[in-house]
Order: sequence, then C-alpha cells, then structure tokens
Amino acid sequence: MKPVTRIHSRTAVLADENVDTDRIIPARFLTTTTRTGLGKLCFNDWRYLPDGSDNPDFPLNKPEAKGCAIVVAGRNFGCGSSREHAPWALLDYGIQAVLCSEIADIFRNNALKNGLLAIVISAAEHRWLLANPGVELSVDVQGQYIALPDGGRISFELEPFARHCLLEGVDQLGFLLQHAGDVDAFEARYEAAA
Amino acid sequence: MTTARTLFEKIWGAHVVAPETADTPAILYIDLHLVHEVTSPQAFDELRARGLKLRRTDRTLATLDHSTPTLPTGANGERPYANAEAKAQVAQLEQNCREFGIELHGWDSRERGIVHVIGPELGATQPGMTIVCGDSHTSTHGAFGALAFGIGTTEVGHVMATQCLLQRKPKTLAIHVDGELPKGVGAKDLILHIIGQIGVDGGTGHVVEYRGAAIEKLSMEERMTVCNMSIEAGARAGLIAPDETTYAWLKGRARAPQGEAWDRATAHWRTLRTDDGARYDREVRIDAAAVKPTVTYGTHPGMAIAMDTPVPAARNAVEQRALDYMQSRAGQPMQGTPVDVVFVGSCTNSRLSDLREAAGVLRGRRIADGVRMLVVPGSEAVRREAEAEGLHEVFRAAGAEWRIPGCSMCIAMNGDLALPGQLVVSTSNRNFEGRQGKGARTVLASPATAAASAVAGAIADPREYINQEQAA
Ligand code: SF4
Repeated sequence: MKPVTRIHSRTAVLADENVDTDRIIPARFLTTTTRTGLGKLCFNDWRYLPDGSDNPDFPLNKPEAKGCAIVVAGRNFGCGSSREHAPWALLDYGIQAVLCSEIADIFRNNALKNGLLAIVISAAEHRWLLANPGVELSVDVQGQYIALPDGGRISFELEPFARHCLLEGVDQLGFLLQHAGDVDAFEARYEAAA
Repeated sequence: MTTARTLFEKIWGAHVVAPETADTPAILYIDLHLVHEVTSPQAFDELRARGLKLRRTDRTLATLDHSTPTLPTGANGERPYANAEAKAQVAQLEQNCREFGIELHGWDSRERGIVHVIGPELGATQPGMTIVCGDSHTSTHGAFGALAFGIGTTEVGHVMATQCLLQRKPKTLAIHVDGELPKGVGAKDLILHIIGQIGVDGGTGHVVEYRGAAIEKLSMEERMTVCNMSIEAGARAGLIAPDETTYAWLKGRARAPQGEAWDRATAHWRTLRTDDGARYDREVRIDAAAVKPTVTYGTHPGMAIAMDTPVPAARNAVEQRALDYMQSRAGQPMQGTPVDVVFVGSCTNSRLSDLREAAGVLRGRRIADGVRMLVVPGSEAVRREAEAEGLHEVFRAAGAEWRIPGCSMCIAMNGDLALPGQLVVSTSNRNFEGRQGKGARTVLASPATAAASAVAGAIADPREYINQEQAA
C-alpha cells in the first residue's frame, strides 16, 4: 500500500442514505478473481443508462463532480455485504475519501485497509458539507482534520493503528506476522486447555 | 469478586492473543475460517506473492456456493455456468484448496452447500467459537453462541496466514424479545420486524445478543434465521446463548465433539451465558406478541412492515425513490401486490424446516398462472432430507422448480435472476436495488408468506392458508 497522508480535492455529493455495496458494485461482477480494473463497474447500474451512456441523473456524472476525489455521502454509506470489491472499485474510479456521519463497519474497515479514507464526521458538519457541494477540502491524516477553504477545520477520529498504516504505507499483515510467536504461545495454551 | 460479563465478553476474552492498546487493536484468535469462491481468490494470491503458507488448514473449511449453477449438468456433461468467469472462479477455488491443503466441499461432496448452512450442519460451528468468513452473513453462526462475523478479502488473507485478526472491541447491544410470537408468525417475521424497528444502521458498531422468552423458544433453524440478518441492522454480529436446544441439535454431527470430549465441551458451553448484572452498552425491548407476517416495501431491509398495514409515506427524496423503484404506494398495504417470481432459498431460509414450511402451504395447491417459483435447498444434506420426505414432489406438483443447492437468486450471480420490473417475493435477506437482477423488485418475506404469495399470485397472508388446512 502507498502511504496516504493528505487528500486534496473539491467535494462531490452523493446524498442518498444507505448506499449499499450492491449499488457500489453489483454482485454479478463479483466473479472476478483480481482486484484491479473495477473502476469502470463502480456504481454500474446507477451510473449508466441501459444503452451504456452516462446517466445524467447520477450525481457523480454531473460536470461539477468530475475529477472529485472526495465524496460526501449520505448516512450509512457502504452497508450490506463484506465485499472488498467495493473499496477497490471506488479507488479505481478515482475516489480517495468518503466523508459521512455514519459508515457501515465492514466497509469502513475494508476501505481503510486499502488506503480509501472512510471518515466519520459529526452530523452537523455532515449536513453542512451535504448542502455545500464543490468545496475545496484537504483531508489531513497526520493531523486528523479536514481543512476548509476559510481556514476552518473539521477534526475526525481515526483508529490509531489504521492511521499509522496509512501514513507509513504498511499493511497490517506484516504486523500480525511479527506476532507469530505470541500466536504460537496462545495456540499451545489454548489447545491444551480444550 | 469477578465482574459480571456478557456472553460476548466471555468469548472475546478467551480469544485475545494480545490485548488492545491505545496504538494497536487486539489480536484475536480465530477458531474457524470458512471460505467460498467469491471473496478468496485475491487472498490466496496475496499468500502466494508473499510466499506464505496457510497456517491452520484444520481450522479452514471451503465450499462452492455463490457462482455455482443450480441446474444439473447438461447432456454435454458441462455444468451450466452463467459465464466463463464464474466457471473460472470455481476452478480457481478448487485449485487453491488443492495447493494450500484445505478441505473443500466441492461438486463431488455430499455436504456441499451454502457456507452458512453447511458450517452448522457439519457441527463445525460450535458455541464459544470465533468464526469468520469473507461474507457478511457469517453472523448466522451466532445462533450457536459463537462470535461470528464477516470480513473483507484482506482480512481473509490475515486469517489464512496467521489464524488471527486485528480487532477493536465492538460495543454490545441486547435485544430482549419478550412474550410469545403469535401462531403463524415466525423467525423471519420477527427479524424483519426488529430491523424495521431499529433501522438498517441500528446495530452499527455493536454485537447484538438476542435474548428473552421468545428467543429461547426458537428452534436452531429459527435462531439462525434471526442471527443471519443481524448484519442487515448494521451489527457486527448476532449472538444467542447456547442452551439445551443447541446441544441437542449439535450432538452427533460429524465435526462435533464425541464421547468424553462432548461432556467436557458441554460443561464449558454451559458457562457461556451472560452473567446476572452484566452490562450492555445499549438495550432494546421488542414485544413478540405484536409481530405479524412482515414484508419489506422499499429497497433496504429496514423498510419493513406488517403486510396488512399501509406503506408509510416517504420522509425524504431517497425514500421516495425507493418507493418509486418498488412501485410501492404510500397508504396502501403490501398485501395484494401482484407477484411475478417467488424464491425460497438463501442462507436465511433454505434449511429443512423452511422447506417444510413452504411445502405445508403448497401441499395440494398450485401456484398461480404466470408466477415462476424457484425452490433452492441450502445444501446437499437439506436436499437429501427434503427429497426423502417427498417435499420436492410437493413443490413440483405445485408448479415450482426444484433446484440443486447454492446461493442462487439471493445474489443472482449464477444466472438465476429476475427480469427488470419483476416483483420477487424472496426468503433471502437483501432487497437492495438490483440484488436479484437489474431492475428487479424484491420483497423479503418468510417461507410461508412466499409460498402463500405464489399460490395467490399476490402477496398473501400465510395464516389464511394454514388455517384453511387445519379447518379441512
Ligand atoms: S445465500 Fe445470499 S446472503 Fe447467503 S451467503 Fe449466499 S449470497 Fe450471501
């Protein structure tokens, strides 16, 4: 994983609540055995019209949303399945941060492991960002804040270990492997007691 | 004095390899890792890329379920896969299991089936365990008093390589279901009702423990139906404390402890109850007596109501969009809505008791003209038992299709799907837009409601059918 320290972009708003992982990437595309190239399938059934052209009503197809790497999403984004294809597709589509007052647990966990900043902000700040699309924001992982154009800041919580891994670009498997000795000791104790 | 602990805290505490600190999550040991073809290929690739072995093949169990056709092998000897990718995905899991030494319940196994159906059936799912799978409905196994939850593919790789996961301790939510479910109202109605009450994000960040008189009375199959849908309320996991019902169900199963080991195991399992005075982070109370046959009317499982009550008006544009998609009309009940397709299956409702429930309504009846009905058993074992009882004949005589086991139209990635605009009454767990086929409209319901709706050609109250039968 590449380090992720700061994301700077205008925001696009995807106001729908409860955007589920089937909407982010429909299940029929899950027959893939790789994690690459899913961006063109991201939001497939929402984003394209039946003839394959762009659906003008899909919020991220609006001209002002093009190129935005930060999405302000409606409450409970990413609910539904555990498919990691959802963050893979979003990243490949060009989205690097999702800001929301509430994000589904498994999606959030998967996103952070892949360098997609799934960030929970307060309901009031969320309401403001939903109402004001196109704001230039800087999401600062080190400082755990979002810088607003007027100099204001929105601070956010980030699980310290996830933050460390984002900043250093390390993945968590390495950390677990370092603890192989602890696992051996635990297993010996645990299985003897069973 | 030891402090009073919840069931969740007991299981969690027994599996901590290294406790969490301010900087790092806990390292949690995983007893059982279930694997299927969809969420595993990239994890196996990761292992290969790093030159890692799979740490505990004996704690890993794989099956084929999502991409698999539910029609039998054709005259040409080929399985009717939806496409070449689906076929390749299955072949890849077969290859990966051979290479890494994992027990796979593949095409030649008498035990193949939906991952959350076969784990319990084999007795691999046991009280007090930690169980994970790259699949959100892993919560099903919580019915046995196991801490069971879905993980992403990166974490699938973590468990393969280390048998551990990095986890922050979730919060706890107790859902007390007091009283007694009315006659003709089942576990599916109950869980849809609960999600309708607490919302699709009502459980976010929490492990739910279902408890109370109505829960204790549920059979194991019914408990699995309830725990299965915990994730639809956003919960990390759902748990029910093990009891005599649990032990009776598990005893004698292939992977369950035998002989003296069984006695030791049950003695331990009996300690897995929330202590008196233990605290949950949140508590909710549900009155079982108030639950009626329940269905969904929108595009997430929280949009659920008793089928005879009017669909509520949309509170915002998103809800309106959901009603428009479903063609549900505010002020009108869902009962009576014309039906195109009926699906009985999925890890929520594809066990023998579910099939009996649907067959009970269909026996001696025919499904309405123009309705297509698919019945897909959850596993080969369920299929055998159902056929031994003649249930497949009941379904066929009624005009339904009897398929071979798999996820099928629950996720519609194997070619079993509904067409745009069709209304599906489905015993599965997700009514998201397009879940059962692009443009398909899903109404979640119990097996009895699904069967009654197939007969009526419109969403129907199963109690009318069951009562008629009893009167006859
Ligand atoms: S039956 Fe449906 S919910 Fe269950 S594992 Fe299969 S796809 Fe997932």
